[in-house]
Amino acid sequence: MRRTYRSLIALALAGSLFGSASALAAPENYRIDETHSFINFSISHLGFSYLKGRFNELSGSFVYDPDNPSSNSITVEVKTASIDSNHAERDKHLRGKDFFNVNKYPVATFKTTSFEPKGEDGILKGELTMLGVTKPIEVEVTFVGAGKDPWGGYRRGYVGKTTIKRSDWGMTYDLGPAAETVDLEFVIEGIRE
Amino acid sequence: MWMSTPDRYGLVARLLHWGMALLLVALFVLGWWATELSYYDPLYRIIPDLHRSLGIVAAVLIVLRLLWWLVDRRPDPAPGASRWMVLAARAGHGLLYLCMILLPISGYLMSTADGRPVSVFGLFEVPALLPASSGREEWTGMLHYYLGYGGAWLVLLHVAAALKHQFIDRDDTLRKMIG
Repeated sequence: MRRTYRSLIALALAGSLFGSASALAAPENYRIDETHSFINFSISHLGFSYLKGRFNELSGSFVYDPDNPSSNSITVEVKTASIDSNHAERDKHLRGKDFFNVNKYPVATFKTTSFEPKGEDGILKGELTMLGVTKPIEVEVTFVGAGKDPWGGYRRGYVGKTTIKRSDWGMTYDLGPAAETVDLEFVIEGIRE
Repeated sequence: MWMSTPDRYGLVARLLHWGMALLLVALFVLGWWATELSYYDPLYRIIPDLHRSLGIVAAVLIVLRLLWWLVDRRPDPAPGASRWMVLAARAGHGLLYLCMILLPISGYLMSTADGRPVSVFGLFEVPALLPASSGREEWTGMLHYYLGYGGAWLVLLHVAAALKHQFIDRDDTLRKMIG
């Protein structure tokens, strides 16, 4: 009788432990929705205006951890040949050896090394590999929104911004002093898995 | 005088031949040069524009040339020419014609891959006839590149063959076109 009582308490304790563990939200995995995600670039044209373009093919996933946001992370792969600056001959030039050399380096990747949360936003640090060169970059991340979509899924979206120096990755084709850096904008929407 | 005879090319055929010869050399040089120019070169825009414009002229010329062969005849092969020489000449000329047809087509399809027209000397525009197609500039560009260099080798072979006729065979083949 006494034994049964003890084991009941043990069971209840274990149950409460288990219960509290499940109350602690698990990290959420998101697959990037390629049709609602955009990688845009902006580069000075001679210092007079801007040239805007984007990469049309990307894939990847991110992890959102509500209880430990500093472990949030994202991995993105971009097909460099999918560059689109709204001008076929220019895109061809951009895919060539002067710029992305897509035959030799078909993908560019970003991998997270750390995340510094500031509320729902934060500073994302990671490594950008492009043209075979891996360099650290910092992306300013702004949370946009999250919630159920109308079709039974759960989505979460962010915008990231950073500026990189092309020559750090060996892209040195001379476009003038105003065009040594490129602004990048990542509009990323994920579907929870 | 206008038409070819069994032993010499007529004036029209000569004008078409030498006009095309000049154009092909100019287009080859301009095409190569266009890919070598740096962004800040004052000629960065002019050279490709000129290449595209002259390319359209070459396209018109090859159409006229093909039409002209419906009307005109070709001079006979040199009397001493063997069967294989006649066949080799025919194959070489055939390949040259193929290049002259496919080069402007591939160039035009490349330049109009985003649906934009090709400007001819800034005077008028040739519109994009096919709908814009992402990525078409890549395979047409590749084709244009290999046809351009392949065609250049064929031209050298053509010149070498003409010189062979003149200085080794010592027949009248070259004189049919210049004499």
